[in-house]
Amino acid sequence: MLELKHISYEVEEQNSNVAILRDISLTIEDKFVAVTGPNGGGKSTLAKVIAGILTPTSGQILFDGEDITGQDITERAKKGISFAFQQPVRFKGLTVRDLLTMAYGRKTSVSEICEVLSEVGLCARDYVNREVNASLSGGELKRIEIAMIIARGTKLSVFDEPEAGIDLWSFNNLIRVFEKLHEDVQGSILIISHQERILNIADKIVMIADGRLEAEGSKDEILPKLLNAPSACKVLTDKL
Amino acid sequence: MDLIQKNLLEQIAGLHEIPEGAYNIRANGQSAGRNSTAHIEIVTKTDGKSGIDIKIQPGTKKESVHIPVVLSQSGLKESVYNDFFIGEDCDITIVAGCGIHNCGVDMSEHSGIHTFYVGKNSRVRYIEKHYGEGDGRGENVMNPSTVIHLDEGAYMEMDTMQIKGIDSTVRTTRADLAADATLVIREKIMTHGTQTAKTDFEVDMNGAGSSANVISRSVAKESSHQIFLSRINGNNQCAGHTECDAIIMDAASVSAIPELTANHVEANLIHEAAIGKIAGEQLIKLMTLGLTEKEAEEQIVNGFLK
Repeated sequence: MLELKHISYEVEEQNSNVAILRDISLTIEDKFVAVTGPNGGGKSTLAKVIAGILTPTSGQILFDGEDITGQDITERAKKGISFAFQQPVRFKGLTVRDLLTMAYGRKTSVSEICEVLSEVGLCARDYVNREVNASLSGGELKRIEIAMIIARGTKLSVFDEPEAGIDLWSFNNLIRVFEKLHEDVQGSILIISHQERILNIADKIVMIADGRLEAEGSKDEILPKLLNAPSACKVLTDKL
Repeated sequence: MDLIQKNLLEQIAGLHEIPEGAYNIRANGQSAGRNSTAHIEIVTKTDGKSGIDIKIQPGTKKESVHIPVVLSQSGLKESVYNDFFIGEDCDITIVAGCGIHNCGVDMSEHSGIHTFYVGKNSRVRYIEKHYGEGDGRGENVMNPSTVIHLDEGAYMEMDTMQIKGIDSTVRTTRADLAADATLVIREKIMTHGTQTAKTDFEVDMNGAGSSANVISRSVAKESSHQIFLSRINGNNQCAGHTECDAIIMDAASVSAIPELTANHVEANLIHEAAIGKIAGEQLIKLMTLGLTEKEAEEQIVNGFLK
């Protein structure tokens, strides 16, 4: 479905080029793919390159066999790529209903909107006409962000740290949301995450560090490597 | 009334037909309809000025007054004085507004001076919309002035809107508040082309326990220019808040000039202002939902001014 070929991304900093992504080649066909790795390793940049928010310095992106490297965010969204931001955006004046209607891309009934909100654990009555502004908490925004991805129901859904800011109750719910999203759409879900519980449900784990693809494989292959990484503190890893 | 005037009426007052309750419709400087009710009396001014007096009896509740003005004759210039005398313990809604259709080459200008005397413990909701259109080169000019006197315990909410088609406007609002009176003003403005809009608020909180909240949201597009002046004077124990939130686009410019004066140690005054372009991440978010950049921009602006 999604194929990244030799993707590199560089930025200019103090007159020299700094590589954020280095020659990443990756194929995403599986149901759940988890991307993990240390902070600052390039995971979010990779997600933005997939969504078209950043243009790679070199390399090629294929989606269902079509080269989409030169396509902008809108074109990719229309082709079937969704992206849930790590830090959801606030809008003065736009309501939860407005955003969800845009996500559906068509006229929607109140009951459809209510249904998608309850899937992310929000009581529709309290939220449907709320402005997506600073009055909403980080966790509430995060759930609305996820609801938008469910509403879109595209072939590929990319989530950048969806669990961040979400309480424990909804963590289980979140995993159910991913399951249902997959059932409904039969597409791929790519999740950037540090959470072992999310890595545990992945069909494939991709490890990105220092801009490089360090490892990829099934969770049985990758998880032990992650947990035995030499930099991990032994006192805590023993408890795992 | 002809079709153009009816269309203007719908734009500014949401009226498809003759409104219920008291009303006065002014079209091209002439009265096009008037209705007084048992509690609300509308009379033509007798002091030589053009305009009307609206007298609302004490205790009038859940009633409304519509006083729209439409101008479709190019080059018409008028100044209209409308005075509202609102008795004690009322609860009423007043809908005013002005629509200009200018298809000629001459400047059309409407200056409406509305003065409100709001009695003790009365509640007033005042809605005012300004709208212009026309295919000619004649300019549409509107200079609305609002003067508000709130007696003890009175509450007034003013929603004022100018979304389209006014080439030049100076909007002046003056208010004084007695003890425990509350004033809330919400202004929405959008300018485009080479339009200019100046807003000038001045609120005097004279009574103990009075409060004022003045909120402006505006969008300035193309080469338009806006100035937002907001002067809040706390002359007693009171709370005042003023906020200007503006989006600028293209080559537009916006100035926000707050002025807070506390003349009493218990006066609590706050000003907030933010001017900037649409945040890039807002556009990106909506584009990831499949909207083009232009569609995303429209949604953000519409939501902001909603």
